[in-house]
Amino acid sequence: MSVVFILMAMRSISRTALRDIALVCVADAIVGASFGAIAVSGGFDPWVPVVMSLIVFAGGAQFAAIGIVMAGGGIIAAVATGLVLNARLLPFGFAVADVVKGRLAGVHLITDETVAFALKGRDARERHDYFWTSGLALFAAWNASVVVGALAGSVIGDTDALGLDAAFPAVLVALIMPALADRGARIPVLTGGAIALAASTLFPAGVPVLLSLLGLLARPKET
Amino acid sequence: MDMPIAAIVALAAGTLAFRLAGPLLRDRVRLAPRLEALLATAALVLLFALVVTSSFGGFAKPAGVVVAGVLAIRRAPFPVIVIAAAATTALLRFIGVP
Repeated sequence: MSVVFILMAMRSISRTALRDIALVCVADAIVGASFGAIAVSGGFDPWVPVVMSLIVFAGGAQFAAIGIVMAGGGIIAAVATGLVLNARLLPFGFAVADVVKGRLAGVHLITDETVAFALKGRDARERHDYFWTSGLALFAAWNASVVVGALAGSVIGDTDALGLDAAFPAVLVALIMPALADRGARIPVLTGGAIALAASTLFPAGVPVLLSLLGLLARPKET
Repeated sequence: MDMPIAAIVALAAGTLAFRLAGPLLRDRVRLAPRLEALLATAALVLLFALVVTSSFGGFAKPAGVVVAGVLAIRRAPFPVIVIAAAATTALLRFIGVP
């Protein structure tokens, strides 16, 4: 079923875009494997990271929820923090609503990476193809790698030594940079980043990202 | 270690609600082009804020992300940007930078 979707989505996608998507899949797969491994070596049953990845499908919230429970912070704090982190998916949903077209499968594929890929598309067709191809490929890569990590458990070493924690922000930087050539986007984006940076000294995870939306107030007036 | 299925389902349901709101409402109301542009900018603002907040911690990681930013501004190919960021961070850590 999903293979058919991928083939349909790939009609107009370029070789370069496919290569970019493949690279993000590899990076996310390594993070996914470490998520599965960290959860299992932290004492969770293997089904916990696997089911969570399938039905939550949001890496940051998954790491936060597992991490809080492992640190003894309790279930309610874990769920609440995960939800605060995922609140950014609400505005993301509006930004990619035209390519999702109300299909429940597409709704579930709304993540940081797929939204960034969709925004890179130059027209409706390209936005649609980028979103669906990256979404289906990432869903497959993420969930398969979490299973592998959960089964391998503590065998997987320290992925921080490979600098992989820098790969996620680097992927996002690479994806959004072309859009920042436009001054109308650049000014609110940089202002929002400064607000998030300042806010992260005061607020728990998730809140600073939401506060960055205040940067939209700095948009230059259209003439 | 205990993580009841109910907690995972609650997190999944809340996450789905956040994801669903936009596509559902957008199918019903026609948005002005200016508002559409605002929503696209809002997504960019959030993604960049995510870059800033997830780059925290030590020196090696933010250094890797800065390298990525410079390469992206210079229009380096996507794989070069991502691999250079990870390599910078890994190298700095290898020589003992936190």
